[in-house]
Amino acid sequence: MEIPYTVAARPDTGLNNVKLGIWLFLASEVMLFGGLFSTYVILRIGGVDWPLGAEYLNIPIGAFNTAVLIGSSVTMVMCFASLKLGDFAKYRMYMGATILLALTFLAVKGFEYYEKVSHDHLPSHSTFLAIYWTMTALHGLHIVGGVIVNGYFWGPGSRMWHVKREMFENRVEAAGLYWHFVDLVWIFLFPVLYLL
Amino acid sequence: MSGSAEETKKHVDIYMKVAGALAVLTVLTVLASYLDVAVPLAIIIAVIIATAKGSLVVSYFMHLVDERSRTLIFTLALTVVFWIVLMLVPFLTISDTYGVHKPLPNADAAHAEDEAH
Repeated sequence: MEIPYTVAARPDTGLNNVKLGIWLFLASEVMLFGGLFSTYVILRIGGVDWPLGAEYLNIPIGAFNTAVLIGSSVTMVMCFASLKLGDFAKYRMYMGATILLALTFLAVKGFEYYEKVSHDHLPSHSTFLAIYWTMTALHGLHIVGGVIVNGYFWGPGSRMWHVKREMFENRVEAAGLYWHFVDLVWIFLFPVLYLL
Repeated sequence: MSGSAEETKKHVDIYMKVAGALAVLTVLTVLASYLDVAVPLAIIIAVIIATAKGSLVVSYFMHLVDERSRTLIFTLALTVVFWIVLMLVPFLTISDTYGVHKPLPNADAAHAEDEAH
Protein backbone atom coordinates (compact mmCIF):
# COMPACT_ATOMS: atom_id res chain seq x y z
CA MET A 1 0.00 0.00 0.00
CA GLU A 2 1.34 3.42 -0.90
CA ILE A 3 1.21 6.19 1.65
CA PRO A 4 -0.75 9.06 0.09
CA TYR A 5 0.44 12.64 -0.34
CA THR A 6 4.15 12.04 0.25
CA VAL A 7 4.90 14.03 -2.90
CA ALA A 8 1.77 15.87 -4.02
CA ALA A 9 0.16 18.42 -1.74
CA ARG A 10 -3.02 17.43 0.09
CA PRO A 11 -5.90 19.55 -1.19
CA ASP A 12 -7.10 20.43 2.31
CA THR A 13 -3.76 21.40 3.90
CA GLY A 14 -1.97 22.67 0.80
CA LEU A 15 1.11 20.70 1.87
CA ASN A 16 2.45 17.22 1.34
CA ASN A 17 2.40 15.05 4.46
CA VAL A 18 6.19 15.06 4.80
CA LYS A 19 6.28 18.83 5.16
CA LEU A 20 3.24 19.02 7.44
CA GLY A 21 4.68 16.25 9.62
CA ILE A 22 8.11 17.88 10.05
CA TRP A 23 6.57 21.30 10.79
CA LEU A 24 4.29 19.78 13.47
CA PHE A 25 7.33 18.07 14.97
CA LEU A 26 9.24 21.37 14.93
CA ALA A 27 6.28 23.10 16.61
CA SER A 28 6.57 20.58 19.46
CA GLU A 29 10.32 21.21 19.56
CA VAL A 30 9.68 24.96 19.91
CA MET A 31 7.66 24.19 23.04
CA LEU A 32 10.35 21.81 24.37
CA PHE A 33 13.14 24.37 24.07
CA GLY A 34 10.72 27.17 25.00
CA GLY A 35 10.12 25.39 28.32
CA LEU A 36 13.85 25.32 28.96
CA PHE A 37 14.34 28.98 28.03
CA SER A 38 11.44 29.82 30.34
CA THR A 39 13.11 27.79 33.10
CA TYR A 40 16.34 29.71 32.47
CA VAL A 41 14.50 33.02 32.96
CA ILE A 42 12.91 31.77 36.22
CA LEU A 43 16.27 30.62 37.56
CA ARG A 44 18.03 33.80 36.47
CA ILE A 45 15.54 36.31 37.91
CA GLY A 46 15.21 34.21 41.06
CA GLY A 47 18.94 33.77 41.59
CA VAL A 48 20.68 36.01 44.13
CA ASP A 49 23.99 35.68 42.33
CA TRP A 50 24.26 34.87 38.63
CA PRO A 51 27.65 34.66 36.91
CA LEU A 52 28.44 36.17 33.54
CA GLY A 53 28.71 33.40 30.97
CA ALA A 54 32.31 34.44 30.25
CA GLU A 55 33.30 33.49 33.82
CA TYR A 56 32.79 29.83 32.94
CA LEU A 57 32.62 29.72 29.15
CA ASN A 58 34.97 30.64 26.33
CA ILE A 59 33.33 33.25 24.07
CA PRO A 60 35.65 32.81 21.02
CA ILE A 61 35.00 29.05 21.08
CA GLY A 62 31.25 29.63 21.33
CA ALA A 63 31.38 32.18 18.50
CA PHE A 64 33.41 29.74 16.38
CA ASN A 65 30.78 27.05 16.92
CA THR A 66 28.05 29.53 15.99
CA ALA A 67 29.84 30.23 12.70
CA VAL A 68 30.27 26.48 12.12
CA LEU A 69 26.57 25.82 12.64
CA ILE A 70 25.49 28.74 10.44
CA GLY A 71 27.90 27.44 7.79
CA SER A 72 26.26 24.02 8.03
CA SER A 73 22.84 25.62 7.52
CA VAL A 74 24.16 27.25 4.33
CA THR A 75 25.54 23.95 3.02
CA MET A 76 22.26 22.23 3.95
CA VAL A 77 20.18 24.70 2.00
CA MET A 78 22.61 24.28 -0.92
CA CYS A 79 21.96 20.50 -0.78
CA PHE A 80 18.32 21.11 -1.53
CA ALA A 81 19.08 23.71 -4.20
CA SER A 82 21.51 21.25 -5.88
CA LEU A 83 18.79 18.59 -6.00
CA LYS A 84 16.37 21.11 -7.49
CA LEU A 85 19.00 21.87 -10.15
CA GLY A 86 19.42 18.13 -10.78
CA ASP A 87 23.07 18.09 -9.69
CA PHE A 88 23.41 14.96 -7.58
CA ALA A 89 27.22 15.19 -7.27
CA LYS A 90 26.97 18.68 -5.79
CA TYR A 91 24.21 17.49 -3.46
CA ARG A 92 26.53 14.79 -2.10
CA MET A 93 29.34 17.32 -1.69
CA TYR A 94 27.17 19.80 0.22
CA MET A 95 25.58 17.08 2.36
CA GLY A 96 29.07 15.75 3.18
CA ALA A 97 30.14 19.29 4.14
CA THR A 98 27.05 19.65 6.36
CA ILE A 99 27.90 16.42 8.17
CA LEU A 100 31.55 17.44 8.58
CA LEU A 101 30.58 20.83 9.99
CA ALA A 102 28.15 19.14 12.40
CA LEU A 103 30.93 16.80 13.55
CA THR A 104 33.22 19.82 13.97
CA PHE A 105 30.59 21.44 16.18
CA LEU A 106 30.33 18.27 18.28
CA ALA A 107 34.12 17.96 18.57
CA VAL A 108 34.42 21.57 19.79
CA LYS A 109 31.52 21.03 22.20
CA GLY A 110 33.21 17.83 23.42
CA PHE A 111 36.39 19.83 24.07
CA GLU A 112 34.37 22.41 26.02
CA TYR A 113 32.70 19.66 28.07
CA TYR A 114 36.11 18.09 28.78
CA GLU A 115 37.35 21.45 30.06
CA LYS A 116 34.27 21.81 32.28
CA VAL A 117 34.63 18.31 33.72
CA SER A 118 38.36 18.73 34.35
CA HIS A 119 37.67 21.93 36.32
CA ASP A 120 34.86 20.18 38.21
CA HIS A 121 32.35 22.52 36.60
CA LEU A 122 29.61 19.93 36.63
CA PRO A 123 25.83 20.58 36.75
CA SER A 124 25.93 20.17 40.54
CA HIS A 125 28.45 23.05 40.80
CA SER A 126 25.92 25.87 40.30
CA THR A 127 22.47 26.66 38.91
CA PHE A 128 24.09 28.38 35.92
CA LEU A 129 26.12 25.29 35.05
CA ALA A 130 23.09 23.04 35.60
CA ILE A 131 21.03 24.95 33.00
CA TYR A 132 24.10 25.26 30.72
CA TRP A 133 24.65 21.50 30.70
CA THR A 134 20.95 20.72 30.30
CA MET A 135 20.35 23.07 27.37
CA THR A 136 23.58 22.47 25.47
CA ALA A 137 23.44 18.69 25.97
CA LEU A 138 19.85 18.53 24.70
CA HIS A 139 20.89 20.67 21.75
CA GLY A 140 23.91 18.43 21.20
CA LEU A 141 21.65 15.37 21.11
CA HIS A 142 19.64 17.10 18.39
CA ILE A 143 22.87 17.60 16.44
CA VAL A 144 23.69 13.90 16.82
CA GLY A 145 20.18 13.04 15.55
CA GLY A 146 20.69 15.37 12.58
CA VAL A 147 24.06 13.80 11.75
CA ILE A 148 22.47 10.32 11.72
CA VAL A 149 19.61 11.41 9.43
CA ASN A 150 21.87 13.46 7.14
CA GLY A 151 24.40 10.61 7.07
CA TYR A 152 21.64 8.28 5.90
CA PHE A 153 20.61 10.68 3.13
CA TRP A 154 24.25 11.15 2.13
CA GLY A 155 24.87 7.39 2.01
CA PRO A 156 22.37 4.55 1.60
CA GLY A 157 19.27 6.75 1.53
CA SER A 158 20.54 8.70 -1.47
CA ARG A 159 19.79 5.75 -3.75
CA MET A 160 16.20 6.94 -3.78
CA TRP A 161 17.31 9.88 -5.98
CA HIS A 162 17.68 7.48 -8.91
CA VAL A 163 14.26 5.91 -8.36
CA LYS A 164 11.89 8.44 -6.81
CA ARG A 165 13.46 11.82 -7.35
CA GLU A 166 10.68 14.06 -6.03
CA MET A 167 10.16 11.94 -2.93
CA PHE A 168 13.88 12.16 -2.19
CA GLU A 169 13.84 15.95 -2.62
CA ASN A 170 10.98 16.16 -0.13
CA ARG A 171 12.86 14.04 2.38
CA VAL A 172 15.97 16.18 2.08
CA GLU A 173 13.83 19.31 2.45
CA ALA A 174 12.35 17.89 5.68
CA ALA A 175 15.83 17.01 6.97
CA GLY A 176 16.89 20.55 6.07
CA LEU A 177 13.99 22.12 7.97
CA TYR A 178 15.03 20.13 11.05
CA TRP A 179 18.66 21.14 10.62
CA HIS A 180 17.83 24.84 10.31
CA PHE A 181 15.75 24.57 13.46
CA VAL A 182 18.74 23.13 15.32
CA ASP A 183 20.78 26.09 14.04
CA LEU A 184 18.02 28.46 15.15
CA VAL A 185 18.09 27.09 18.71
CA TRP A 186 21.85 27.64 18.90
CA ILE A 187 21.46 31.21 17.60
CA PHE A 188 19.52 31.92 20.82
CA LEU A 189 21.54 29.63 23.12
CA PHE A 190 24.86 31.27 22.30
CA PRO A 191 24.07 34.82 23.50
CA VAL A 192 21.92 33.63 26.40
CA LEU A 193 24.52 31.30 27.88
CA TYR A 194 27.86 32.74 26.73
CA LEU A 195 27.37 36.48 26.50
CA LEU A 196 24.89 37.55 29.18
CA MET B 1 10.96 26.13 -2.53
CA SER B 2 9.63 25.03 -5.88
CA GLY B 3 9.88 26.06 -9.52
CA SER B 4 12.29 26.24 -12.40
CA ALA B 5 16.08 26.14 -12.49
CA GLU B 6 16.08 29.93 -12.99
CA GLU B 7 14.05 30.38 -9.84
CA THR B 8 16.33 28.04 -7.89
CA LYS B 9 19.39 30.04 -9.02
CA LYS B 10 17.71 33.22 -7.77
CA HIS B 11 17.13 31.46 -4.45
CA VAL B 12 20.81 30.50 -4.29
CA ASP B 13 21.75 34.19 -4.65
CA ILE B 14 19.43 35.00 -1.76
CA TYR B 15 20.95 32.19 0.36
CA MET B 16 24.41 33.70 -0.13
CA LYS B 17 23.20 37.16 0.91
CA VAL B 18 21.47 35.69 3.97
CA ALA B 19 24.66 33.78 4.86
CA GLY B 20 26.61 37.06 4.69
CA ALA B 21 24.04 38.84 6.85
CA LEU B 22 24.18 36.02 9.42
CA ALA B 23 27.98 36.24 9.55
CA VAL B 24 27.83 40.01 10.11
CA LEU B 25 25.15 39.64 12.80
CA THR B 26 27.20 36.95 14.58
CA VAL B 27 30.18 39.31 14.74
CA LEU B 28 27.83 42.06 15.98
CA THR B 29 26.49 39.74 18.70
CA VAL B 30 29.99 39.17 20.05
CA LEU B 31 31.02 42.85 19.75
CA ALA B 32 27.82 44.00 21.49
CA SER B 33 28.63 41.74 24.44
CA TYR B 34 31.77 43.84 25.10
CA LEU B 35 29.72 47.06 25.36
CA ASP B 36 29.77 48.48 28.86
CA VAL B 37 26.02 48.60 29.39
CA ALA B 38 23.66 47.46 32.16
CA VAL B 39 22.57 43.81 32.06
CA PRO B 40 18.91 44.52 31.07
CA LEU B 41 20.07 46.59 28.06
CA ALA B 42 22.66 43.93 27.16
CA ILE B 43 19.90 41.31 27.21
CA ILE B 44 17.67 43.46 24.97
CA ILE B 45 20.50 44.03 22.44
CA ALA B 46 21.41 40.31 22.39
CA VAL B 47 17.78 39.23 21.97
CA ILE B 48 17.17 41.76 19.15
CA ILE B 49 20.23 40.53 17.21
CA ALA B 50 19.36 36.85 17.84
CA THR B 51 15.77 37.49 16.71
CA ALA B 52 17.02 39.16 13.51
CA LYS B 53 19.27 36.15 12.81
CA GLY B 54 16.48 33.70 13.64
CA SER B 55 14.04 35.53 11.36
CA LEU B 56 16.49 35.28 8.45
CA VAL B 57 16.94 31.53 9.00
CA VAL B 58 13.20 30.86 9.32
CA SER B 59 12.20 33.14 6.42
CA TYR B 60 14.79 32.16 3.82
CA PHE B 61 16.51 28.89 4.77
CA MET B 62 13.23 27.35 5.95
CA HIS B 63 11.36 29.01 3.04
CA LEU B 64 8.60 30.38 5.26
CA VAL B 65 8.64 33.61 3.24
CA ASP B 66 7.28 31.64 0.23
CA GLU B 67 4.84 29.54 2.22
CA ARG B 68 1.18 29.93 1.27
CA SER B 69 -0.45 27.01 3.14
CA ARG B 70 -3.04 28.41 5.54
CA THR B 71 -2.85 25.24 7.63
CA LEU B 72 0.85 25.74 8.19
CA ILE B 73 0.59 29.46 8.87
CA PHE B 74 -2.24 28.88 11.37
CA THR B 75 -0.31 26.06 13.09
CA LEU B 76 2.81 28.18 13.42
CA ALA B 77 0.85 31.23 14.60
CA LEU B 78 -0.73 29.05 17.31
CA THR B 79 2.73 27.79 18.28
CA VAL B 80 3.97 31.37 18.61
CA VAL B 81 1.00 32.27 20.85
CA PHE B 82 1.69 29.34 23.19
CA TRP B 83 5.42 30.08 23.11
CA ILE B 84 4.73 33.64 24.27
CA VAL B 85 2.54 32.28 27.11
CA LEU B 86 5.41 29.97 28.06
CA MET B 87 7.83 32.91 28.12
CA LEU B 88 5.48 34.90 30.36
CA VAL B 89 5.25 32.11 32.97
CA PRO B 90 8.43 33.26 34.80
CA PHE B 91 6.84 36.64 35.45
CA LEU B 92 3.83 34.97 37.11
CA THR B 93 6.19 33.34 39.62
CA ILE B 94 7.22 36.77 40.92
CA SER B 95 3.84 38.51 40.52
CA ASP B 96 3.30 38.50 44.32
CA THR B 97 6.40 40.67 44.77
CA TYR B 98 5.53 43.42 42.26
CA GLY B 99 5.82 46.83 43.92
CA VAL B 100 7.41 45.34 47.03
CA HIS B 101 10.92 46.50 47.90
CA LYS B 102 12.84 43.30 48.40
CA PRO B 103 16.56 43.91 48.98
CA LEU B 104 19.02 41.19 48.10
CA PRO B 105 20.10 39.09 51.12
CA ASN B 106 23.57 40.67 51.25
CA ALA B 107 22.58 44.13 49.94
CA ASP B 108 23.67 45.97 53.13
CA ALA B 109 26.71 43.82 53.80
CA ALA B 110 29.16 46.71 53.28
CA HIS B 111 27.16 48.94 55.63
CA ALA B 112 27.08 46.21 58.30
CA GLU B 113 30.86 45.83 57.97
CA ASP B 114 31.33 49.60 58.56
CA GLU B 115 29.22 49.44 61.71
CA ALA B 116 31.29 46.53 63.03
CA HIS B 117 34.44 48.68 62.74
